[in-house]
Formats: sequence, C-alpha cells, structure tokens
Amino acid sequence: MDQILSLAADNLLSPIILSFALGLAASLARSDLAIPEAVAKAMSIYLLFAIGFKGGVSVSDHGVDGTLLLSLLAGVALSALLPLIGYALLRSMTGLDRLNAAAVAAHYGSISIVTFVAGTSVLDSSGLIYEGYMVAVAAAMEAPAILSALWLISRGGDRKMEADLWREILLNGSIVLLVGAFVIGWVTGQDGLSQIDSFIVAPFKGVLCLFLLDMGIVAGRGLRSGGRLIRPPLVAFGAIMPLIGATFGLGAGLVLGMSTGGTVLFMVLGASASYIAVPAAMRVALPEANPSIYLTLSLGITFPFNLTLGIPLYVAVARTVTGG
Amino acid sequence: MQTHDAKRVEITIEAVMQRRLTQALTDAGVTGYTVLPVLGGSGRSGEWSRSGQVSRASGMVQVICIIRPDRLDALLEAAFAVVERHIGVVSVTDCQVMRAERF
Repeated sequence: MDQILSLAADNLLSPIILSFALGLAASLARSDLAIPEAVAKAMSIYLLFAIGFKGGVSVSDHGVDGTLLLSLLAGVALSALLPLIGYALLRSMTGLDRLNAAAVAAHYGSISIVTFVAGTSVLDSSGLIYEGYMVAVAAAMEAPAILSALWLISRGGDRKMEADLWREILLNGSIVLLVGAFVIGWVTGQDGLSQIDSFIVAPFKGVLCLFLLDMGIVAGRGLRSGGRLIRPPLVAFGAIMPLIGATFGLGAGLVLGMSTGGTVLFMVLGASASYIAVPAAMRVALPEANPSIYLTLSLGITFPFNLTLGIPLYVAVARTVTGG
Repeated sequence: MQTHDAKRVEITIEAVMQRRLTQALTDAGVTGYTVLPVLGGSGRSGEWSRSGQVSRASGMVQVICIIRPDRLDALLEAAFAVVERHIGVVSVTDCQVMRAERF
C-alpha cells in the first residue's frame, strides 16, 4: 500500500500530471487559456511519431519472437471482449439505453494512445523496461471494439458497418502514423535513432506536458458542457471499468510472460478509453447515440482517473504480481 | 448586368460526414461546392465550439453549393439521404448568378 501511495504521490506531482491539472482547472474556471488547434494537432503528430519510432527501435534491438504475434492477438481479443463486459455493466448499473450503452462500451474496448504514452513515461521514470512492440498492440486494439459495439446493436436491428467506415477506422491518421513510425524505427534501428534522437527523445516529455495541458482544457470543457448528463452511476462506471480492463490486461501480460513494464502497458491499454477514433466512428455508425455521454465519460472521467490514480496503481500491482 | 436565378443551398453538418455528403452531391449532378469550417454554434444538440475539440468527431463544416433551380429537388434528396440521421441544418435561399452555364 505504501508503494502505491508513494508512486501515486510521485505521479501526481510530476510535470505531466500537473500540466493536465492546470488545463483542467483553467477550463473549469472558464479561463480563456487555449492551445491553438494546429499546435495541438502538431503535438499529437510529434508524440505519435516519437512513441512509434522508439517502439520500433526497441523491437529492432531485442528482435522478434512469437510473443509479439500472441500479444497482438491478445490485444485484439481484449478490445473485442471489453465492450461486451462494459455493455452489460452499463445496462445493469446505469440504466443507459441499448444504443448509448453500446456506444459508450465501444470506447472502453478501444484505447487512448495518450494514456499509453503517459504510461510509458511513468515506466521510463521508474526504470521499468517494456516490450517495444506494445505500440503495435495499441494500434491493433483501436478497431475491434467498434465491431463489438455494432454487433451488440445489430442483434436487435439491421445496422451494418459500411465498407468506407472500415477504411476510415483502419487507415485513420493516428494508426497510420503510429504503425508507420514503428516500422521506420524497426527498419532503421539504433542508427536511425541516433540521427534524430535530439528531436524525438529529449523534447518528448516537454511536448507531452503541453499536450496534456491541452487535454486538460478539453476535458474541462467536456465536463462543463456534458457534466449534467453524467450521473453518479456513470461516474462510477468511468472509474470501475478501467479497473476491470486493467485486470484483463494484467491477465494477458501474465499469461504471455511479459516483462513488468509490458504487463503495466497491457493494463493501461485495457483500462484506457478512446476519445479520438471511436467517437468519430460512432458519429457515423450510431449517430443517435449522445456524444456528450461517451466523450465526457471517456475524456472527463476515465482519462483523468487513469492519468492520476490508475497508472501508479497498475505499476504497483504489476510489480507486486510479477515481482519486478 | 444580366443575372440569372439560382438556388444557394447551405448544409451545416458534422465533419465526419463531409466526404459522404459531397460524394452524394456529386453523384446527384452537382458540379461544384464550397466547404467551410464552422467555428462554433448552438442548437438542439447543445452548444459547441471548434476550439478544444479533441477529434473530428465533434467538428462541423458547412457545405455550400449554388445550382440551377431545376436541379434543387435532386440535390435535396441526395443531401437528405446523408444528413437525415445526423446533427445538421439544411437551408435554401434564392440568389442571382452572372454566369448561369456554370451551375
């Protein structure tokens, strides 16, 4: 317990979390603090490229074994399974209708790449190593949850997923950049990294701080505008579901025999909820679902929960269980 | 200066539906359109602003096209098939154009 509290305290007082808290507080206080849209977009491109590239370099260093493929399969299975659990929980706990419950559940099967990046940052600070290919697992977990959610809805009707939507999800810019940078890092290895490390390694945490400042502002705005829809049972879901997802992630990490850091990242991926790829897919496929509910839950409740309390908890649990 | 009657159709729609809408318009024989970003607004679905959106999922765009009056019904049918289930506004106004053959 002391370990968890100590790690949580260190995490809460890190520049990354304090930057997020600043953005959140400023937004809730109705400050006009804002990050220009183009700057936020540029920072997200930078972060995706850097995390993908570094993951690829790590795989280049350590080689590929069967665990990579099994991890990808486990990630896809986790992404497809979690919405079913989330849906059942939402229907029993919160009384949300089928459509909104399925839309929310899709977000909890998919992942938040920013939470993943924050998780890797905490692992780096803690000196815990992790499998570089977890970046590829993150990319693989984006889409299956959407399919599960649409299956939940199509059982009672005739909803089908158009081919164009599939293309948009699988080829959305974030996935292409993440996987592309991963491949570049894998191909070029340490030589490639040495050529650009002053750009993608040293400034990484500073950029992450600014990006999380922006995320805090966005989360605050979401809470202000959608907060009235988020009743206590939904808030409880936003905190319980990550713990369920993390437990499944822990199981996957242990079964696959991953490192402590890799297990933490599986927990983070299982716990995080999407707020980029899935909302866009839901607006196209399930436009009747209320975006204020799923965006506020994902971005306003679960994202801050994971960032502040979740990640330290997952690190502590994984360390205890794996002995790392 | 000689001017000609035309219809100006403004469709405000979610950004994720933009490509589907413009494709439908093109399929319906519309020869040109303009897409504008929408900064913010308020309506039945609540207030929102372009700044602070974390993804395109919440953004809006406005598609404007000017057409000959006899093409209006086909355009509206095509547009309605896309926007029917989505947040958005479709409005039609009379306007004048100088080079009718372009529309």
